[in-house]
Amino acid sequence: MSKRGRMALAVIVVLFVLSLLSPILPLRDPYRIDLDAIRRPPSLEHPFGTDNKGRDVFARVIHGGKISIGVAVVAAFVSAFIGFTVGLVSGYYGGVLDSVAMTVVDFFLSFPSLLLAIAISVVLPPGIYTVMIAIAAVGWTSFARLIRGHVLTIKDMPFVEAARAVGCSDLRILLLHIAPLCMPLALVMTGIKLGGFILTEATLSFLGLGAQPPTPTWGYMVSANRAYILSAPWMVLYPGLAISITAFCFNMLGEALRERHEFKTEGSLLNK
Amino acid sequence: MLLVPLLLGITLFAFFLLKALPGDPVLGLVGERASPEIIESIRREMGTDKGFIGQYIGYLKLLLQGDLGRSYYTNRDVLADIVMKFPNTMILAFAAMAIAVPLGIAMGFLSALSAGKGGRVVERLVDTLSISGLSIPVFWSAIIIMMIFSLKLKLFPPSGTGEIRFLVLPALVLSIPAVATLARVTKTTVVEILRMPYITTARAKGLPGIRVNVYHVLRNAVIPIVTIIGLDFGSYLNGAVVTETIFGWDGIGRFTMEGIIKRDYPVIMGCIITGTLIFVVVNMVTDIVYQYLDPRVRLHVKER
Repeated sequence: MSKRGRMALAVIVVLFVLSLLSPILPLRDPYRIDLDAIRRPPSLEHPFGTDNKGRDVFARVIHGGKISIGVAVVAAFVSAFIGFTVGLVSGYYGGVLDSVAMTVVDFFLSFPSLLLAIAISVVLPPGIYTVMIAIAAVGWTSFARLIRGHVLTIKDMPFVEAARAVGCSDLRILLLHIAPLCMPLALVMTGIKLGGFILTEATLSFLGLGAQPPTPTWGYMVSANRAYILSAPWMVLYPGLAISITAFCFNMLGEALRERHEFKTEGSLLNK
Repeated sequence: MLLVPLLLGITLFAFFLLKALPGDPVLGLVGERASPEIIESIRREMGTDKGFIGQYIGYLKLLLQGDLGRSYYTNRDVLADIVMKFPNTMILAFAAMAIAVPLGIAMGFLSALSAGKGGRVVERLVDTLSISGLSIPVFWSAIIIMMIFSLKLKLFPPSGTGEIRFLVLPALVLSIPAVATLARVTKTTVVEILRMPYITTARAKGLPGIRVNVYHVLRNAVIPIVTIIGLDFGSYLNGAVVTETIFGWDGIGRFTMEGIIKRDYPVIMGCIITGTLIFVVVNMVTDIVYQYLDPRVRLHVKER
């Protein structure tokens, strides 16, 4: 992987480990309300200042990472799993199954993604699982499309024929001969998609459809404090920076993975 | 053509949503103490006795007549409101495009051209900028831009609808991700075109650089670029929900957001149906424009 890609990965790992360790790190309690210290500017005591209820913004940003990064990563793997399975089966068996699956994919791809995610989040009770479902419901389609295309190119290769000739079952061929060859592609796609998923999670939280307060999420912190942008900009600035930096690193990582893949296979993976 | 099943699908979804909500509208209307006969007659009158499929067909009929229902809060006709707000959203989207298209193409072109000539710095800079553009959430950049340009520098008013001075900031915000996407696509396309033998031929026969870039590179790059402008239209709609809300621009995006906050289901469903419709129509238009731009597609159609 390129140097930029490795750096991006390192930053993500550090951020995520920090946020996972946040309960045992010597941070202030992100839920403790202190009405004597509301909207304090950044200082040594509160590196990112305090919010409207006197809670420590730094602690809330670190804790918020758990949900923001966690939700995006889980949603990405769920999307990848569903899309991988659908793509594998539909590419291998073809026929009616394939046309039905691809029509469904087209159906999902022709929605503005955020509107669909909003529609799902409105029906289900708000919370992190709803956000994961909303993101995965939109996200699996690009995996399915990609994996299906790849399966189509390899399913007629001699080694698959050989496997069939020695009497392997369809399931065995799919799982042991074809799926492993699709794994790197799915991994690259996961990397490419993650940056966007971080933003979708943040946007849904911003709209109040994500994890509910007082749970700190980056999107909700920006939304809840945006009225104070002039008098107390730090309340909005730092959570927004956290989102941007995380999404930037994920996008960088995705880009590096894509370049590496294209370099190895001499083929363009995604033009659009 | 995907249009019909798509619209059927979204209406079915909308209908599921309205049905999934708790509460019985008839009981809400007549109260708990009404006699069973009255309840039964109102059920028949409103059509809620017909079962799921029957009700869905009734709902489709209403939709075809342009009836999206009334807002729970203002009791105004949802379709009338959407028709009123629709032009504002379109103005905003086209203003954002007017910024994004020239800027994005110029950035991508610059990056691709400098990549081959040892201008690694320019290439890196443009690449980093475009990845940043895709990484900054619209709601945050909107707030930051509003803080800088309207609250600190007082160049533009922070919110309002209609006049140009209200349009500049939201259009700017909305164009950021679009510039980034366009710059990336332009770059990949141009880099690939530059490797083609016909470019070498054009150079070898002594054409001036600018002529090669305009007639040989740009003309061939136009097709994928137009495709991405069309495909990316959904992101304008996505972005409009947040941008319009923050800048108080009275369009469909803000209407959606208000619906979400108040759980005003007829409004939310009306907006989602409208948004999908716009998106699908834009994609169709892109397909048509595509045929005019690419002679190969045109020939292919004629042959059949």
